[in-house]
Amino acid sequence: MSETAAATFAAAPAKPDTPRSAVTEGRAVRWTLTAIAIVFLALFLVLPLATVFVQALSKGFETYIATFREPDALSAVRLTLIVAAIAVPFNLVFGIAASWAIAKFEFAGKSLLVTLIDLPFSVSPVVSGLIYVLVFSAQGVFGAFFVQHGIQILFALPGIVLATIFVTFPFVARELIPLMQEQGTAEEEAALTLGASGLWAFLTVTLPNIRWGLLYSVLLCNARAMGEFGAVSVVSGHIRGLTNTIPLHVEILYNEYNFVAAFAVASLLAGLALVTLLIKSILEWRYAGELAAGGRH
Amino acid sequence: MGGTSGRPSTAIRVEGLSKTFDTAAVLHDFDLDVRAGELLGLLGPSGSGKTTLLRIIAGLDFPDRGRVLFGGDDATGLPVQKRAVGFVFQHYALFKHMSVADNIAYGLNARKRAERPDKAEIKRRVGDLLDLIKLSGFADRYPSQLSGGQRQRVALARALAVEPRVLLLDEPFGALDAQVRKDLRRWLREIHDRTGQTTIFVTHDQDEALELSDRVAVLDKGRLEQVGTPDEVQDNPASATVLKFLGDAVEVEAIAEGGQVRVDGRPVPGVVAPAGLIGPVKLHVRPWQFQLTDPSAAHLRGTVRSSHRSQGRQRIEVEHGPGRPLLVEDFDGERYAAGHPVGLRIVGGYVFA
Ligand SMILES: Nc1ncnc2c1ncn2[C@@H]1O[C@H](COP(=O)(O)OP(=O)(O)O)[C@@H](O)[C@H]1O
Ligand SMILES: [Mg+2]
Repeated sequence: MSETAAATFAAAPAKPDTPRSAVTEGRAVRWTLTAIAIVFLALFLVLPLATVFVQALSKGFETYIATFREPDALSAVRLTLIVAAIAVPFNLVFGIAASWAIAKFEFAGKSLLVTLIDLPFSVSPVVSGLIYVLVFSAQGVFGAFFVQHGIQILFALPGIVLATIFVTFPFVARELIPLMQEQGTAEEEAALTLGASGLWAFLTVTLPNIRWGLLYSVLLCNARAMGEFGAVSVVSGHIRGLTNTIPLHVEILYNEYNFVAAFAVASLLAGLALVTLLIKSILEWRYAGELAAGGRH
Repeated sequence: MGGTSGRPSTAIRVEGLSKTFDTAAVLHDFDLDVRAGELLGLLGPSGSGKTTLLRIIAGLDFPDRGRVLFGGDDATGLPVQKRAVGFVFQHYALFKHMSVADNIAYGLNARKRAERPDKAEIKRRVGDLLDLIKLSGFADRYPSQLSGGQRQRVALARALAVEPRVLLLDEPFGALDAQVRKDLRRWLREIHDRTGQTTIFVTHDQDEALELSDRVAVLDKGRLEQVGTPDEVQDNPASATVLKFLGDAVEVEAIAEGGQVRVDGRPVPGVVAPAGLIGPVKLHVRPWQFQLTDPSAAHLRGTVRSSHRSQGRQRIEVEHGPGRPLLVEDFDGERYAAGHPVGLRIVGGYVFA
């Protein structure tokens, strides 16, 4: 009898309320790591972002608004919107076409195409810009042709759009390729056997299956297109009121010690970043299953 | 299928089909006729080319050589949309983002305006099909809210909605568990009897093929081994491959002479050696073609290695010299302990030239 009682007694404290697994650290370690992460984030991400808005509004709301009445600022905003409005749809179409081909067909040179799509991510944007200068300057490969026909590429809208397309073109394809590969071709084949044309199958089956991944990638593509500095800086020529995008305009204002205006314009990009982040988080939270697992940027 | 009641017309014929992927030949000079209104079972081990054949008939793949004929017309070059085949995939391939009703209506909605039935008509057809697959209350569900068996029924209704000239089913129950498979098998046969739809049904499960089909086509390594009714292929298998694929069999050394087949000097009843075959042959014997008997009157002698009972029968493994033990099936009678000496009488079997 007493033996049983002793055994029961001994067993009781050995059964903890929450079993601790081998990979669970002690509470102190956990808190310290979390604290370090939070401090780091605050210092390097939140603080600078907050500074942008604080600086922008440091001379009051009136001054802030006045910045955007300035023609050069307005022109920079307009140019940025135009560039994004051309580059994003272009890359949308290119991205869908490329990932469709890569995910659903076998062809020679496929892995080369995949590597090429990633190229803009591995090349410094400044180098990308320089390539365009080399190609389209009067002495360049195509430059002479365009000069003859009176078409201005460099230091004008076409050059800026081209550079932007180049740096943003991996975004859509990189998200869609794994997504489409995961989904395979069975549903499309089913649609075809039911009499659907290729286009109809694409519109009614493929597109709905990738819609959230597509929105997700367009969002990131757009944020990058509007915020790109390096490549655009090289090809734009920095002509005030003409070839300055928002990031270039911010730099000019900053170099002229016009800090309030610089930060005010920069706050547009910061705002864009926040909105992008918000929608991106909603998409990741709500439609995680319909995004490519490997494609998170 | 009575042979006297008029010649059944051919719905689909494939002639001399050959297909090679990369370097591997998947179909070799393949011929097959499918009769109008029949349920043809395509039976073959995994990798024997069943899916490839079905996809070529559907127009999802194209042969290197050979022709596909629909009712006498050459359809080899016809694109998949124009073939009017209903294809049911092993893994359903339902449209995830569409409701059950929209899935079923897909083929009708995809038609050009002139050929498309009006909304009310589509709704009526979808309702009829939902009744047929016994999922009437499920019109607004999504595929993810259905069980595997229900999904496959929806896939079948979706294929039937376009009134295809042939229904192609690629291992439709392959991903389901045993009980659901059995139910769906019976149900598919019922639907077939009711609609008279020409159907090709792929499976690697011989019971499924033998139970369900009007005729069975047995494939092996991209070649057609035999076509016939379930009785024909079981009674007169055309080759050892067909025989083995349709069930357990053991090989027994035998001698053919004068049209008879002898084991241990005693003729085996009911087995006729193919004309001109003389000398040592392999006799293929099914487990139920053995009878346990007195060792002195037997073809073979051995000792019981193990025995177990299942569904009113005893399955006994008999050790017989070197090599694999013989599998013997006997109605529940006397029990045999391991090590018990027994004699085996052979009452049937198959010899191939
Ligand atoms: N698209 C393909 N590319 C390369 N090989 C294939 C392809 N499809 C099938 N095969 C090969 O062809 C053979 C037969 O395949 P399949 O027709 O799917 O057989 P089954 O359906 O009888 O299992 C297999 O060896 C398979 O690996
Ligand atoms: Mg298969």
